[in-house]
Amino acid sequence: MNYHRTLKSAVAALAVAVPLCWSGIANAQDAVNLRMTIWSANEAHLKLFNEIAAGFKKDHPNVTVTYESLPFETYTTALTTQIAGGNAPDMAWIFETAAYDFVNSGALYPLTDTLKATKGYNAEELSATAAERWTKDGKLFAYPFSTSPFAMFVNNDLIKASGAKTPAEMIAANQWTWDNAIATASAVGKVPGKGGLIVRDFNYQTWQNLASIWNGWGASPWSADGKTCTMTEKPMVDALTFIHQAAFKNKAMPGPGESVDFFAGNAAMTITQISRASLLPKDKPFAWDLVPLPKGPAGNYALIGQAGVGVMQAGKNAKTAAEFVAYMTNPENSAKLSQFFPSARKSLLNAEVLKKTNPLLSQEQIDKVVISGIATGKVIPGHTGFAQIQQAVRSGLDAVWRRDANIPAALQQICGQIGPLLKR
Amino acid sequence: MAVVQQTARPEARSSSSFWTIARRDSLAGFLFIAPQLIGITLFVLIPLCLVFWYSLHEWNVLANTFTYTGVANYEMLLEDTSLPSVLGATAIFSAGLVIFNLSLALLLAVLLNQKLAGITIFRTMFFSPVVVSLVAWTIVWGFLLQKNGGINGVLLVFGIEGPNWLREPVTAMISVIVVQVFKNVGLNMILFLAALQGVPNELYEAARIDGAPRFKQFRRITLPLISPTILLTSIITIVGSLQVFAQIAVLTQGGPGLTTTVLVYYLYQQAFQFHFFGYGSTLSIVLFAIVAVLTFAQWQMRKRIVFYES
Repeated sequence: MNYHRTLKSAVAALAVAVPLCWSGIANAQDAVNLRMTIWSANEAHLKLFNEIAAGFKKDHPNVTVTYESLPFETYTTALTTQIAGGNAPDMAWIFETAAYDFVNSGALYPLTDTLKATKGYNAEELSATAAERWTKDGKLFAYPFSTSPFAMFVNNDLIKASGAKTPAEMIAANQWTWDNAIATASAVGKVPGKGGLIVRDFNYQTWQNLASIWNGWGASPWSADGKTCTMTEKPMVDALTFIHQAAFKNKAMPGPGESVDFFAGNAAMTITQISRASLLPKDKPFAWDLVPLPKGPAGNYALIGQAGVGVMQAGKNAKTAAEFVAYMTNPENSAKLSQFFPSARKSLLNAEVLKKTNPLLSQEQIDKVVISGIATGKVIPGHTGFAQIQQAVRSGLDAVWRRDANIPAALQQICGQIGPLLKR
Repeated sequence: MAVVQQTARPEARSSSSFWTIARRDSLAGFLFIAPQLIGITLFVLIPLCLVFWYSLHEWNVLANTFTYTGVANYEMLLEDTSLPSVLGATAIFSAGLVIFNLSLALLLAVLLNQKLAGITIFRTMFFSPVVVSLVAWTIVWGFLLQKNGGINGVLLVFGIEGPNWLREPVTAMISVIVVQVFKNVGLNMILFLAALQGVPNELYEAARIDGAPRFKQFRRITLPLISPTILLTSIITIVGSLQVFAQIAVLTQGGPGLTTTVLVYYLYQQAFQFHFFGYGSTLSIVLFAIVAVLTFAQWQMRKRIVFYES
């Protein structure tokens, strides 16, 4: 009797436990872990991203999002190595320079349908210009969550001490041109231990950042369709001659191998993105200003840098990852993100919103530099196979960064090198 | 129970006849070398075979395509206009490094092979860079070699305007070689020092009695007797020179132009920066072939240059 009772109890327990275990297994199978590779390790950024992930989890309790910070300098290399190793992330930030490679290769999951299906997303307010680099055949493959204009930070203390005119004075007198800007930079650069103008992160290697100067000459490294090298054309020769003189003749820019830090108060000006305002010193502050890029021979211009976020096709949960990207970049979260990453959404491109998110900037700076820059700026140069082209141009430009350079000949050689790469 | 015992005995007998002393010894031998063998198989032999396999393919990581292309990547070697410069830079770097490293290591070893008070301090001082982190060492040198860096600062004290070390083609290559030599010269120095201390003193005494000058003693006694160490250090240094990467990546990124783009850095660029994993693998095979040929050639030369090898 006892034996039968025990047997019955065991069967009953199994009858209850097996479905429970089964559903447990099923729940475990439904659990989705999404990983996003990013190049920021900033605590404030990560705090905001985790808040957004927590918000998404409310409606998708089975989805957990984690962020993996990779080093900025080797980000794309690390990302492609992960992909090659069969360990692709579900979502990834993408540099504007690498956008063409990722978009054209088919590595990314198309986002358009998911974004359109997301309630209240209002995808139309993202300007076509901002989305251009991230779109192929009418489909958006990565969302440009950061559209940040390049501008010029100025150290007015150093400029006044050198006896030169400040950019604000030149703007007021309608004299804010590259010739005058370099004259001011030169005056400071001639002071021992001080530097004139620094194009941040350029270091005579990241040459694409020079677009912040040569766009003023209407120069471009290649034609609009990307097929022809245009570095031998007059605007580029003139612009690079100007930069060469600034570095090697006028002491207006630190030369190759010379390091001067603007944010430590040692240089007159630096061209960088506005998000770098956070680097301004709090302990020993100097009188600083933020001004638009000077007028070049080809007129006024602006340059923007972008960062996109895309969903990897290789990931197992591409659809869910696309839904997360839609949530992360919806109007509400875009507003939150714009305190660090200026949004290209029209509703967020107004002084009121931007003032809140950029408390260091004045109303005038926001109007003249940020809003105008994002609205009219060209994106920094990019191309399919950019890493190889970048390397070829960098290598060729080494011949330009010499005191006795023959600039037209060096540019001719560069076009010979990159011509076949552009046609691929 | 009795049945079990009866059946068990013949098994035990056959087992002990199989496990002869020779077999047991060889099993023990295999077990001793197993960790190394497994490691080499997993991390050297299999990757080597895979690299060869990849070199026969065009592997587009982003598009997730892996297409067999036969010897197309090997044909590309002949069409690659950058490759001659890269091989040239590799040869200059290796030759410069081996000559400078071995000469300096031997000089230091001879100087430090004295029985003087406090000589250990100097030996430790010259050896210490070997244990310093390579990247940290290179970054510090990067600061020193800047146009307005420490070295030019010192030169300026003497009224000399130093060159832009890392931006001029000749000085960039010299700088990279010197940074690498100073990093590793201590290792070769210690090996030479050990070899020098193994040279019997009686030979020098006999030579002195015969009136042989110091240089002749060095040439006729020291060099022949330390020749096995010279062979060892030259093989290690040449193979090491062909694998240089961090110094180039940190100091020059292969520039100016392609003057310091050595083969390892070039294949890293092709595979990991330009995403041409197939071609990058082909370059790895070229590097493997160069290392194999050089090592084989040096090994063959031992008959002529090494003193007591048969």
